[in-house]
Amino acid sequence: MSDITKQPLTELVENIKNKKLSSTEVTKAFIDRSEKSEKLNAYITNDFTSALDKSKKFDQKPNFNLKLPGIPMAVKDLFCTKNIKTTAGSKILNNFVPTYESTVTENIWNEGAILLGKLNCDEFAMGSSNETSFFGNVQSPIDKNLVPGGSSGGSASAVAGQLTPVTIGTDTGGSIRQPASFTGIVGLKPTYGSCSRYGIVAFASSLDQAGPMAQNVKDCALLHEVISSYDPKDSTSIDFKRGNYSKELTNNIKGKKIGIPKEYRVDGMPKEIEDLWQKGIQYIKDCGAETIDISLPNTSYALPTYYIVAPAEASSNLARYDGVKYGFRAEGENLIDMYEKTRSEGFGAEVQRRIMIGTYVLSSGYYDAYYLKAQKVRKLIKNDFDEAYKKVDAILTPSTPSSAFKMGEKTNDPVSMYLNDIFTVPVNLAGLPGISIPAGHDSKGYPLGLQIIGKAFDEQNILNIAYAMEEKINFKNKITDWWIK
Amino acid sequence: MSKKNSEYLINRKDNQYEVVIGLEVHAQVLSESKLFSTSATKFGAEPNTQVSLVDAAFPGMLPVINEFCVKQAIKTGIGLNAKINKRSVFDRKNYFYADLPQGYQISQFKDPIVGEGKVILDMPNGQKEVGIERLHLEQDAGKSIHDLDPQNTFVDLNRSGVALMEIVSKPDLRSPDEVNAYIKKLRSIMRYLGTCDGNMQEGSLRADVNVSVRQKGSKEFGTRCEIKNVNSIKFMQMAIEYEANRQVDLIEEGKTIDQETRLFDTKKNETRSMRSKEDAHDYRYFPDPDLLPLEISEKFIEELKNDIPELPDDKKKRFIEEFKLSSYEANILVSDIDTAKYFEEVVAKMGKNKDIKLAVNWITGELFAVLNSKSLEISQSPVSAKNFAILINLIKNGTISGKIAKTVFELMIDGDKDPQKIVEEKGLKQQSDPKALEALIDKIINDNREKAIEYKQGKEKLFGFFVGQAMKVSGGKANPQLINEILKKKL
Repeated sequence: MSDITKQPLTELVENIKNKKLSSTEVTKAFIDRSEKSEKLNAYITNDFTSALDKSKKFDQKPNFNLKLPGIPMAVKDLFCTKNIKTTAGSKILNNFVPTYESTVTENIWNEGAILLGKLNCDEFAMGSSNETSFFGNVQSPIDKNLVPGGSSGGSASAVAGQLTPVTIGTDTGGSIRQPASFTGIVGLKPTYGSCSRYGIVAFASSLDQAGPMAQNVKDCALLHEVISSYDPKDSTSIDFKRGNYSKELTNNIKGKKIGIPKEYRVDGMPKEIEDLWQKGIQYIKDCGAETIDISLPNTSYALPTYYIVAPAEASSNLARYDGVKYGFRAEGENLIDMYEKTRSEGFGAEVQRRIMIGTYVLSSGYYDAYYLKAQKVRKLIKNDFDEAYKKVDAILTPSTPSSAFKMGEKTNDPVSMYLNDIFTVPVNLAGLPGISIPAGHDSKGYPLGLQIIGKAFDEQNILNIAYAMEEKINFKNKITDWWIK
Repeated sequence: MSKKNSEYLINRKDNQYEVVIGLEVHAQVLSESKLFSTSATKFGAEPNTQVSLVDAAFPGMLPVINEFCVKQAIKTGIGLNAKINKRSVFDRKNYFYADLPQGYQISQFKDPIVGEGKVILDMPNGQKEVGIERLHLEQDAGKSIHDLDPQNTFVDLNRSGVALMEIVSKPDLRSPDEVNAYIKKLRSIMRYLGTCDGNMQEGSLRADVNVSVRQKGSKEFGTRCEIKNVNSIKFMQMAIEYEANRQVDLIEEGKTIDQETRLFDTKKNETRSMRSKEDAHDYRYFPDPDLLPLEISEKFIEELKNDIPELPDDKKKRFIEEFKLSSYEANILVSDIDTAKYFEEVVAKMGKNKDIKLAVNWITGELFAVLNSKSLEISQSPVSAKNFAILINLIKNGTISGKIAKTVFELMIDGDKDPQKIVEEKGLKQQSDPKALEALIDKIINDNREKAIEYKQGKEKLFGFFVGQAMKVSGGKANPQLINEILKKKL
């Protein structure tokens, strides 16, 4: 069967179950394409040899009752994988091989999937363009020298470029939805507490969530169903009834009320984003749902709040990378000298910037003015959503304020870089689920995404809305394979 | 220095200074596993054999609260007559050190699990109440070992993550003696509760001591210094005495006291500056986002309250009422839970016709002496409570004299022998037959005619000589009371 790698996940699963394809054939196809795609720099570490072995083993003794039977899959290098190097995109973990498996990846392997390798990402998931990775930039399959977004840039590139059928990323302030939007794929950030954080290299603990990235909504629903589980090993994991998201997926969203928040119409937003949003509103109406103008009055405080809370937690979470126990160590005259050298050489500029911001906002004398105040604003942002959800079932916004940009364009302007997250961070601050779906192209032909934000634990609802809209939008990603000779 | 009216004051020229002391006691929670991981907590294990991925702070590892440790902290709070907070929060205390794998210690800062409480101290001049400010749960750090290698420091993470209760007193203590009594009382309460073994040698109980001085009668507190991590009561007392005098000297010289952290040098018997307030760490406390606030229900607390055994203060009250003991005797018996247990078992085994006073005297006298000389705890006593009770009964019913009893007791120590059997086998039964004793005494008087005459002429001291002779001749078995009676009659 030709074009195996073009097939979405659900089709591959069907073909394997119907024995039209073997796991080995599928795995081989993705390995071949991955090997031809080195220019994308999507992988940090590959595990192709062992993936092929595993696929052969699967074919010898297939279990078709599994949800991901013999499906090869690469994952973001923020998930700890047993006996496979896990770097978080950082020099400081360049030599780190975990002896344990993250709960989310464990769930995936338990359903029959096979690890292809570890995907590039911004260092410690801090970035919006994948340019902070110690392992170099990731190219977007959309265009040469275009950023794939970040921090799950390698993941987005690998799905859009068909190096993996689906993948998982992590999203702290938009790290799944923004790169999904930039590369014309679907990305879901689940409700905080839906997916276990156990074994995921932490960035900002109160915001981090793992989530699926896929070519379409149905694949996304299936993968989410696999990764979401209650985990006693993560104290913030929530024990709620999880749905059969793929089975219960429906495009019937008649009568649903979708909120359109006026505060997301930000200054300087390109007209094509506004137009996309209006088109989205029309699609919603075409699906038989209704749109309602709503207000989320504290939206403008979300970004500053995020850039206090996230660095604060990160400054503490990253203290463990000190050269003492594992990872990179630079020798020093004494303990303090060793710390300073290790962390100066081991962390990149963006990570150091955030550690410094975080350390500053937690310092005595500044704590109340920054961290404490940010926590209060965070509560207000959450209240805004609670208030809105009294009137609507979900909220529609653009995913990002612009399409993908060229490499190097924003490297020296961190604030402009941070603005990329303006529509996504409020969702993390409120702990809500949000999904980005490809909805059109800009004048350069680059993909643009729309975001649907749901109530907590209401993933099924936003997946349904996304599914219904997907049908109407009928988006086609323009992948020219420019990187393959 | 004067101790007039038991007050501990430091005298200089015309000034008298009072010492104000507050303690931060770190008590290791008695638990099988650590506060946020399932690793074991046994003392003295091979280095780095009780370390989980969580304890060593591997990437992506997350803390999960150990419910048992929470229960232990609440029980301790109940034992300290303290308010149990239904909502408490774990915070991160951030600092870098080689034996702190996470780069932060998980502790409780603004919202501790236990609030204000009090303990009562029995001091020679009466009772003294000491306020408890708070009790919070926190993780212990690992251990840095600097003396195994000339170049390198080794780190043992066995202790990393072990649960500690930090018990903070109000600045209510006024002397080294009160500190001694306070620590012992805390230890006693926690040992009754089974929440901390109180073993200071193994580091299960350590304290930071806050010391300030002020002119007697002053209501204002002086500037305090904190003496870090003192691990024996004796050293605490020495450190306080040194530090208080140092501060008084500074004031007398017209100098000011700097608020600082000091270390006690046990060899030189002095405290010295470790870091000043300006150099103090900025720990950047903030709520640990990996842990939700700890919410405890009223029912949970009530169930734990039902689990609380009789504590030293109540036991003491009951001993005084039920056994008619003096406050002093009761204190000695209740201060250690195992002593109290032993005593109560002896009382139970003595049966109906019992002499409790006699038992108390024997426990605090003979038994304690043996335990001391053999460096044993009462729980390891070579004489069981059962045989001890039999021995007391043998004295009480006149089968043996107190003196013989001491001989029997010494024989009992070797293999916890039954005193009844020893008495029978060695023929140590007391001679209480009046006729036999009269014959014996007649013979003694006869043999010592001259002394008998002297006695009659008024040399009353010689009475003792005759008693002694009677005991000697009888091999110590003669009933001393009867000997006295007969001698008085015959002489």
